[in-house]
Amino acid sequence: MSSYRIQGATGEWEVVIGLEVHAQIVSNAKLFSGASATFGAEPNANVSLVDAAMPGMLPVPNEECIRQAVKTGMALNAEIHRWSRFDRKNYFYADLPQGYQISQLYHPLVGEGAITIDADEKAGIAAPRTIGIERLHVEQDAGKLMHDQHPTRSYVDLNRSGVALMEIVSRPDMRSPAEAGAYLRKLRSILRYVGSCDGNMEEGSMRADVNVSVRRPGEPLGTRTETKNVNSIRFVMAAIEGEANRQVDVIEGGGRIVQETRLYDPDRNETRSMRSKEDAHDYRYFPDPDLLPLELTEEFVAACAAELPELPDAKRARYEGPLGLPAYNAAVITADVETARWFEALVDATGKPAGEVGRAASNWLISDLFGALNRIGKTIDQSPVSPRQGAELLGLVADGTLSGTLAKQVFEIMVDTGEDPGRIVEERGLKQTSDTGAIEAVIAEVMAANADKVAEYRGGKDKLFGFFVGQTMKAMGGKGNPAVVNELLKKALG
Amino acid sequence: MSVDAATVRRIASLARVAVTDGDVDAMVPELNNILGWIEQLSEVDTDGVAPLAAVIPNHQRLRADVVTDGGIRDKVLANAPQAEHGFFAVPKVIE
Amino acid sequence: MADITDLGVAAIRDGFRAGDFSAREVADAFNAAVTAGRALNAFIIETPDHAIAAAAAADRARGAGELLPLSGVPLGIKDLFCTAGYQTTAASNILGGFIPPYESTVTAKLFAAGAGMLGKLNMDQFAMGSSNETSAFGNVISPWRRDDGGNAPLAPGGSSGGSSAAIAARMAPAATGTDTGGSIRQPAAFTGIAGIKPTYGRCSRFGIVAFASSLDQAGAMARNVRDSAILLEAMSGFDPRDSTSLDIPVPRWEDGLSSDLKGKRIGIPKEYRVDAMPAEIDTLWQKGIEWLRDAGAEIVDVSLPHTRYALPTYYIIAPAEASSNLARYDGVRYGLRDLPDGANLQDMYAATRAKGFGPEVKRRILIGTYVLSAGFYDAYYTKAQKVRALIAQDFERAFETVDVLLTPTAPSAAFALGEKSADPLEMYLNDVFTVPASLAGLPAMSVPAGLDAKGLPLGLQIIGRPLDEQGVLNAGLAIEERAGFAARPQNWWAK
Repeated sequence: MSSYRIQGATGEWEVVIGLEVHAQIVSNAKLFSGASATFGAEPNANVSLVDAAMPGMLPVPNEECIRQAVKTGMALNAEIHRWSRFDRKNYFYADLPQGYQISQLYHPLVGEGAITIDADEKAGIAAPRTIGIERLHVEQDAGKLMHDQHPTRSYVDLNRSGVALMEIVSRPDMRSPAEAGAYLRKLRSILRYVGSCDGNMEEGSMRADVNVSVRRPGEPLGTRTETKNVNSIRFVMAAIEGEANRQVDVIEGGGRIVQETRLYDPDRNETRSMRSKEDAHDYRYFPDPDLLPLELTEEFVAACAAELPELPDAKRARYEGPLGLPAYNAAVITADVETARWFEALVDATGKPAGEVGRAASNWLISDLFGALNRIGKTIDQSPVSPRQGAELLGLVADGTLSGTLAKQVFEIMVDTGEDPGRIVEERGLKQTSDTGAIEAVIAEVMAANADKVAEYRGGKDKLFGFFVGQTMKAMGGKGNPAVVNELLKKALG
Repeated sequence: MSVDAATVRRIASLARVAVTDGDVDAMVPELNNILGWIEQLSEVDTDGVAPLAAVIPNHQRLRADVVTDGGIRDKVLANAPQAEHGFFAVPKVIE
Repeated sequence: MADITDLGVAAIRDGFRAGDFSAREVADAFNAAVTAGRALNAFIIETPDHAIAAAAAADRARGAGELLPLSGVPLGIKDLFCTAGYQTTAASNILGGFIPPYESTVTAKLFAAGAGMLGKLNMDQFAMGSSNETSAFGNVISPWRRDDGGNAPLAPGGSSGGSSAAIAARMAPAATGTDTGGSIRQPAAFTGIAGIKPTYGRCSRFGIVAFASSLDQAGAMARNVRDSAILLEAMSGFDPRDSTSLDIPVPRWEDGLSSDLKGKRIGIPKEYRVDAMPAEIDTLWQKGIEWLRDAGAEIVDVSLPHTRYALPTYYIIAPAEASSNLARYDGVRYGLRDLPDGANLQDMYAATRAKGFGPEVKRRILIGTYVLSAGFYDAYYTKAQKVRALIAQDFERAFETVDVLLTPTAPSAAFALGEKSADPLEMYLNDVFTVPASLAGLPAMSVPAGLDAKGLPLGLQIIGRPLDEQGVLNAGLAIEERAGFAARPQNWWAK
């Protein structure tokens, strides 16, 4: 169990956390209308008459949205409900043209599942933990209200109205901000692996509602508050800490926690109560009579399963096992689907069995490629070097054309110019030399120019060996094959 | 189940229909009349009966994921009481 | 030549094809009748240009030998159907000035079949009513009058009161209606015309202003059974834009018409013999039984035990769905907006809806909101959906032993305007015979069968199995042929 505690005035408090994540589904069209679901259009350009809730308009569900949700449910090891239903959630707001949101309350598409978060000693997660998922359902997103364009008016843009969302509800199994962060990172990774959501919290395609309560260890659950629409993992963790501390202060001060909705203010790093959108939250849910129950055929479900890619946990196990990658490398590479794809393309392009080159390839990727990407401020899918080029470089090292040092030089040039390593080696003559005759000649010159040091070395100063290696390499413009240089130097110095 | 004036006000508020005192006074007996009449349903034995899910046996079709709509902003805004700069305008909302 | 306005759909279609008259002559005749009949207040707007344009196209088509099923036929369109470019109100102020930039599927089909539009017909507001007394545009007055000499204006029935009045007064040969709890059948019975509500899902609801989604159905109103069949065929068909639409072909109902009922069994449900049923209605029902027997059918007594619970069930489910369907009328995107000084968004909603909705609409919204609200959902809504399932099961069981059911359509002839509007509950009881078939989604029609002691029309209702509109139409035809209903209202309304 987590050891995270809030230190209150009267003792220690445990924090109980549940997360409801709203994830926008990747699809061409909206959940119930044929308007485009893409981001960034002119106001009200991606709006159909159905989205605008004109009289007589009716919803028809989008197959791809359902498919994405089912695949996501499978990736969460969750129960797929062959029979589910849409319900209307009724309330009045300007971003909700129908006066109700089509959601799924009573019979969601996906039932219970789980996510495993990894151990992270530094973050206080001693061992891997399983966080339960209660359900996943599909629902409509709302439009957008803009308040700062006009002194007395708000403006309504319905482009986002009707875009498909997955609502993923966790069980209140998390006990620290770090666990919540790990859960969100893992969930985002899974969504991106499945391809059902791009997980971009800054752009709003993934948002978290954070449920927090506190209690004395061993006591029953306390009253929880809900902090809505937090749009970064960092803010989620900060909001939890802030809200948990606030609750402890309230209780220890003799007050009671009110079950309410709050907003996180990142500028002040605190949560505050939302001026209520409506007093009574009586949503009067009832089955949407414009829609029939959703029935999935076994064929449909099987097709979804067949479309699932290898998921992060399975991939990591395969990297560690058959591919022999160190645990750290496997974890880092599989954390993001783009990285894993790049890595697998790299290994593939070497033309050698993965078990043979995997380890070296992963080391190169993590230190060299990531190093370069960090330096130039790009993500792996924006890499100026392609997996094929990376594989070529690794091949040149493996066949002795390049030493490790030379390879790093060539790689820098690859990053700057985007050119193939083979061409770079040719054009700049950067091959390493293993020509024993040439090396012996250089060694002889170096020894002749440093006779005193030769004497000292032969007199017992072993450390000077590095000096001779350095001088020899320098004289060869760095192109000496280090193994051959070493061997010949040993022979020459005695 | 019967309603009183406070309940009628609460329901009217939920339904976003403004009501005057006169409205409420008239509605209380009217609604109670109707609700009292509806009450007789509690006589019916519905143990083990599933609520009707679909009126005539039919299956929910799913639509192909193709963009077939939208790009009709003028039509969408044509009947708006107040439209500006491509938006619907409403009294300013403080969140 | 007989007055063109005496002709029904088939007669116009066939006469036009045969060259007896031009489509333009037909359009002119009915447009004139519409203008002359304004005293009935059957139309909210008149659209003579639409009828003329369709007639012109029909005349050209005839010349080119490219006739469509309804070429030459002008129709009245209930103002619940969105018609592109023409004001659509649902008889409510809340849709003030709304001009849809889209066409309902049903009217699109009718116009594509060559029909023209005479105007948008008045109706009960948002289809809520049984007497056309809740319209924001004034009552529709029935062309019928009692023969007691008093000139009390009578209700044409509702909610499709404008449709029924226009047809009975020969201002239109036929019209579209919608039926949620009886809104086609009851006005048809009150005005001595035929009206059919098809199986739920037969006609698309796309573009029809929604009242109660699981009950609303478009249907045909016309002078006789054949005309109803022709119109319904043109209106029906699968629509991918309506999830509740049935993906099955539309049968050729007109071709399949036959009043020979040999081998058919007619069920007489005993629970429809209600207390205080007027003797004349019972007598007419008995006559109906005889007529069907004469047509070759076998008569069978059946029981539909949950009949008496149909009305309260309906008055939970319909208002509940309506309260949600009408939430979109908020003054933001179309229609009326009332913005009192200093009003915020939620105030604007409340003021707009208070101003724009009539009293019956508000009543039903409040009932619907209440029965869905926390603490009452299970006791009311879920309970009602269970009773609805039992009502549907009653019919299913009955149809194991019979092919169609025969009942009266309404518990009385047309009443005077104002007679029943004091007590909403009394008004609801008008639908006692029609609501059960709505709840079960069954096809049902009313055919004029006789007159009451005051000379007012009475109708008989036929209810059929799901998808057996043909069986319903055929039994209706058998009654029509034997009833010989030829009465028509004496013209007092047209100048």
